[in-house]
Amino acid sequence: MPATDLLTIDRLNVYYAESHILRDVSLTVPEHKVACLMGRNGAGKTTLLKSVMGLLPARSGQVQFAGENITTRCPDERARRGMGYVPQGREIFPTLTVQENLVLGLLAAKQPKNGIPDEIFHLFPILKTMLKRRGGDLSGGQQQQLALARAMLSHPRLLLLDEPTEGIQPSIIDEIEDVITRIKEQKAVSILLVEQYLEFAWRLADFYYIMEKGSIVAHGTTEELSEEVAHRHLAI
Amino acid sequence: MTSTTFLLGQLFNGLSYCSILLLIALGLAITFGLMGVINMAHGELMMLGSYAAYVLQNYFAKQLAAQYFGWYFVLALPLAFVVSGLAGLLLERSLIRRLYGRPLETLLATWGVSLILQQLMRQIFGANNVDVRSPGWLMGRWHVAAGLELPHLRLFIIAFTSTCLFLMYALLFRTALGLRIRAVTQNRDMSACLGVPTRKVDAYTFALGSGLAGFAGCILSLMGSVGPNSGQNYIVDAFMVVVLGGVGKLAGAIAGSFVIGQTNVLFESFSTATMGKVMVFTLVILFLQWKPSGVFPSKVRSLD
Ligand SMILES: Nc1ncnc2c1ncn2[C@@H]1O[C@H](COP(=O)(O)OP(=O)(O)OP(=O)(O)O)[C@@H](O)[C@H]1O
Ligand SMILES: [Mg+2]
Repeated sequence: MPATDLLTIDRLNVYYAESHILRDVSLTVPEHKVACLMGRNGAGKTTLLKSVMGLLPARSGQVQFAGENITTRCPDERARRGMGYVPQGREIFPTLTVQENLVLGLLAAKQPKNGIPDEIFHLFPILKTMLKRRGGDLSGGQQQQLALARAMLSHPRLLLLDEPTEGIQPSIIDEIEDVITRIKEQKAVSILLVEQYLEFAWRLADFYYIMEKGSIVAHGTTEELSEEVAHRHLAI
Repeated sequence: MTSTTFLLGQLFNGLSYCSILLLIALGLAITFGLMGVINMAHGELMMLGSYAAYVLQNYFAKQLAAQYFGWYFVLALPLAFVVSGLAGLLLERSLIRRLYGRPLETLLATWGVSLILQQLMRQIFGANNVDVRSPGWLMGRWHVAAGLELPHLRLFIIAFTSTCLFLMYALLFRTALGLRIRAVTQNRDMSACLGVPTRKVDAYTFALGSGLAGFAGCILSLMGSVGPNSGQNYIVDAFMVVVLGGVGKLAGAIAGSFVIGQTNVLFESFSTATMGKVMVFTLVILFLQWKPSGVFPSKVRSLD
């Protein structure tokens, strides 16, 4: 049985003021699969995730989520429909406590009243010891885990992860990989992952998309992704 | 009169002046301080609160027996909050929400609104000032010692301002709405991505700040007569307090009103009221030259 598509982007064009950033981008993320978006710095990966989340308006094209056309919906409506976003800069609220950051993650959940569930601390034990600290006082790696936990708390159907390994030490990268693997194994969430760290992406993703100057130039299943293609488009 | 009672009296005067200033500034600390909206009609929102008290006073005087008259002010406070809050809500929904992040346009547009509101009040209540009478229970004095008498009105203002402040803190730091307000003022986009309906939060926050302006107007109506232009008298004080304290922090407004209030009373004690104001104003300007972001600096979205 072929998996149904949770997210379908169809010929999306996005501009910053008058500069044309995304050009006719089409991409799909099937239910419970991981798609990885790769590309050099400035290719437009973050722009695409922001457009999917509704932070940037589409000039033309469509974004479909769970069978609904959401192209003109605001970010908060998309969040409540089941999108969780971990942005590139992590965007932790610096003067709010870790606990308050997590509580905000619960807002888009179906039952936000039940408080922070304990499972989240099984995935991120470090956070349990830091609930009273200010978000801005955490290290980069800790903030990344907090951002991931915050996004998970709404029980999203789709997770948008923008370079979760950027600027993070190897041991934390391993932890983050474990968490994403576990999320994947539970088969409840689809993930659109932006990642420059090739091996990391390779191990996690079912599908890959390669973006260059705002266009998708190659895509397929990760098994098909040859060294040759990867190096042609991604070699530094 | 002993020097201790004189000192205590001065301290009390300072404190009561501080709480009036703080009450004036509290609404602005929300709409300007937290949200970054330069609302030139804030003074007129206060004036609406004053007129609400005036209308209710007249209603009580005409329609009800004299023994109930003292109660009018108890009802005037919530009425003022609701009237000004709704006016603020309307203002946000119709105008200000279109101008977020554009301070100059906001300034001009709200200035226009302030003129419209002044004219509206002139049409309804006439160009002359009207008086709001204190209820009996606010007119007495408390004799603490020889030479030290504390007017009930001033004691009430101190208590009322403290209560408002306490409730504001409780709302901002202990409730779900408060958490949303703090999140939106820190990072609007990320809040939206977490499912916070940011537009609604903006509207509620602005209405809250406007409602507080109504409280201030209601209290101020007991301290002097109310006219179509009285809002103008307070707006400078309010901005001065918020800017001196540091935009974006409630604690800044407290510090700002405390510093301005105490120095003002101090200066007035050896010169005239007008001279006192001039000196305070000069000091505030000098201080801001030295520390432009106030006593408690912090970042606000549309001002940085
Ligand atoms: N706010 C902005 N205003 C104007 N142009 C922008 C803005 N943000 C990004 N751009 C431009 O859009 C293009 C794509 O940027 P984007 O951040 O999407 O790249 P990216 O693929 O995520 O890069 P990186 O790997 O460095 O994160 C770049 O050329 C960038 O300069
Ligand atoms: Mg990026």
